[in-house]
Amino acid sequence: MSAVLDTHGHADHGYHPGGIMRWITTTNHKDIGTLYLWFSFIMFMVGGVMALVIRLELFSPGLQWVDPDFFNQMTTMHGLIMVFGAIMPAFVGFANWLIPMMIGAPDMAFARMNNWSFWILPFAAALLVISFFTPGGAPGVGWTMYAPLTVQMGMGMDLTIFAVHLLGMSSIMGSINIITTILNLRAPGMGLMRMPLFCWTWLITAYLLVATMPVLAGAVTMTLTDRHFGTTFFNAAGGGDPVLYQHIFWFFGHPEVYIIALPAFGVVSQVIPAFARKPLFGYASMVSATAGIAILSFIVWAHHMYTVGMPVAGQLFFMYATALIAVPTGVKVFNWVATMWKGSLSFETPMLFAVGFLFLFTLGGFTGLVLSLAAVDIQLHDTYYVVAHFHYVMAIGAVFAGYAGVYFWLPKWTGRMYDEALGKWHFWLSVIFINITFFVQHFAGLAGMPRRIPDYPMMFEVWNKISSVGAFGFGISQLLFLYIIVSAIRSGEKAPDKPWEGADSLEWTHLPTPAPRHSFHTPPVLK
Amino acid sequence: MRQEHYYVPQPMPWPIMGSTALFLMILGGVFVMNGASAGWISLALGVVVLLYMLLRWFGDVIRESEGGKYGSWEDVSFRWGMSWFIFSEVMFFAGFFGALFWARAMSVPDLSSLLHQEMLWPGFKGLWPSAGPGFAEEFTPMGALGIPAINTLLLLSSGVTLTYAHWGLVNNQRGKLNLFLFLTIVLGAIFLGLQIYEYAHAYSALNLKLSTGVYGSTFFMLTGFHGFHVTLGAIMLTVILFRCLAGHFKSDHHFAFEAVAWYWHFVDVVWLLLFIVVYWL
Ligand code: HEM
Ligand SMILES: [Cu+2]
Repeated sequence: MSAVLDTHGHADHGYHPGGIMRWITTTNHKDIGTLYLWFSFIMFMVGGVMALVIRLELFSPGLQWVDPDFFNQMTTMHGLIMVFGAIMPAFVGFANWLIPMMIGAPDMAFARMNNWSFWILPFAAALLVISFFTPGGAPGVGWTMYAPLTVQMGMGMDLTIFAVHLLGMSSIMGSINIITTILNLRAPGMGLMRMPLFCWTWLITAYLLVATMPVLAGAVTMTLTDRHFGTTFFNAAGGGDPVLYQHIFWFFGHPEVYIIALPAFGVVSQVIPAFARKPLFGYASMVSATAGIAILSFIVWAHHMYTVGMPVAGQLFFMYATALIAVPTGVKVFNWVATMWKGSLSFETPMLFAVGFLFLFTLGGFTGLVLSLAAVDIQLHDTYYVVAHFHYVMAIGAVFAGYAGVYFWLPKWTGRMYDEALGKWHFWLSVIFINITFFVQHFAGLAGMPRRIPDYPMMFEVWNKISSVGAFGFGISQLLFLYIIVSAIRSGEKAPDKPWEGADSLEWTHLPTPAPRHSFHTPPVLK
Repeated sequence: MRQEHYYVPQPMPWPIMGSTALFLMILGGVFVMNGASAGWISLALGVVVLLYMLLRWFGDVIRESEGGKYGSWEDVSFRWGMSWFIFSEVMFFAGFFGALFWARAMSVPDLSSLLHQEMLWPGFKGLWPSAGPGFAEEFTPMGALGIPAINTLLLLSSGVTLTYAHWGLVNNQRGKLNLFLFLTIVLGAIFLGLQIYEYAHAYSALNLKLSTGVYGSTFFMLTGFHGFHVTLGAIMLTVILFRCLAGHFKSDHHFAFEAVAWYWHFVDVVWLLLFIVVYWL
């Protein structure tokens, strides 16, 4: 079963295994995109169940359902799985499906490496799952994996470290592929400044990934050698420093939040113009704002560390730098609003999710600004206020953008329409329940409730009860999403080539629905 | 004229085989690290599968390349791909250099501050090279003269010989190409041999080990990862040498050669930094 060399200029002849081998060996960007998206949805469910275990325990004060160790394992794995298993692969899935179509390319630049980027992921996920069954269980260190706790954990920690290595390899290969595709495979006439904004946001995201994933790999490698080979990177007795871990981690970690956010911006920047029936307002400023965010994201990391001890000058530097990021972000929000201004708006499901993103992501951005103030953060650090903040930007912002994208491109991917009424139900249920879940956490945090804790004083009970009810409501509403997608694929109405009046990128204007297996054998002619 | 078709390859089983191999290696490795020696079996199996997979995958690519599948359009992709890969390697090393700078500029001086002297570590001097306040034994740090200086010369001259080899390739002087490529590999191999000797010397005579506090940690991890990269580079150069002997590559179409040369120069530059901040200063 070796790869047959094809003697024509392009593929689609020769070796085409069927059944499961088709998916395992595929080099087609659409197949791989589909794999990424389904994988991410499964991980979203797994991480979601873990979130519900957490919320179940926190429904009432006192210890009811799980022991504290297991609770810690749940927060750790929930965070890791959501960040690396659900959100990131989802957007790589979008990139795979869309970038070649949007720039008029036949496929990704490195089609086989593309396959490997995906097929590493299930093995990394398996390592995380296996860690639950080792002596001592999965690590209970938090998704940030701070030393010295990580140095003391059982062998589940080692599995997690290597899972992070695999996830990093996958991200780096995927990113190199995306960068190369965008730089080298654009159709003649598709200048960089003519690309849909989604391609720009991914180009810059991929750059962030290549720059930061290796640093994370280095950090967990040091953890590994501290654990097993006697090094003392994070041990003060040997001249090392646990704070060093935090610096290295957040040098990765802060760009990471933009790795999650930028592709979401890209999706929203495609959806909003389509339903406003107007071109994106301020395209060039959107591109430079994206680049500006990426550059700034490298010099703000210590805003996660205000409380570990830092010179005041350092605190001030990181505080101002962080607040500065609000400027390019503000440019983006302004441009999205200006795109809608005087547009002929309609609110199909993708647009609802995009507008939901706009409101709620901005809210999360504002709480971020609050947290950027060193003096304030010293009170709020590691409280539920922080949990509310990052869920507004990640669990609501990125997830809503993802949903907007799925509803928007589903017709092009599958050739079928989803049920619009059910889609709207999905949106409204999600937006109501997720706000019930996370809005009250601001209050709990401001009142001083710490995060990563299975038990709490009575005074926080009401907020936690509300939050848990919201979480279960949100979780159940996502089953509706699964139903909508599956029934659209199996029995949805046939979709026209261009179901959205205002959509104007190549996948809508130059390709039939559903998109053919190889988008552009020869580059399209662009004027 | 612009190339009409971009080469999109066939489905192939090597990626999944690679993932399986990594998975086996990791499981085995984790068991070994935690004292279950049965892990060696899985580890060894994983290595074998990985090597087989690399052999077949690269074999396919080489065959395609020699079969004329790659035009100038694909060539540009390879160039971008390799450049970004090297950039990711640069960032990997940056993390470890960062750890070294942190230890030298922040943590070690901090541990010897007045407060720490008073409360925790009386008498700790905080002078680099330091293995930290809790490290009782004596050790001798690695000097810059001697082997490290010779190694610097070796690597630098290997960069020169590699460039000569490249000129030979470009000017169709295959004899020159093969000779200088061979010399490059020999220089790399001597470098590695000397480094192994240096490590043995450190362990036996200097009492300098991986566990010698933060000095030992940064010293061995930085030079060790570098040595690992030299090893990879030397293996890749050897593959290229065999391909040259088999008559592969044309004077105007030989990106595999250039990619390995880039990699070799990158390893070279890392060494210069290492020599300055790890051995010398
Ligand atoms: C319905 C959806 C979700 C619910 C109900 C939920 C709930 C929670 C809860 C209760 C915690 C523990 C907070 C603590 O004790 O510190 C948590 C932590 C976290 N969540 Fe979520 N979450 C959801 C979705 C997501 C998503 C989509 C992401 C995506 C990126 C995410 C990322 C995180 C992270 C990074 C942590 C921190 C983990 C740690 O403390 O190490 N969550 N979540
Ligand atoms: Cu941050």
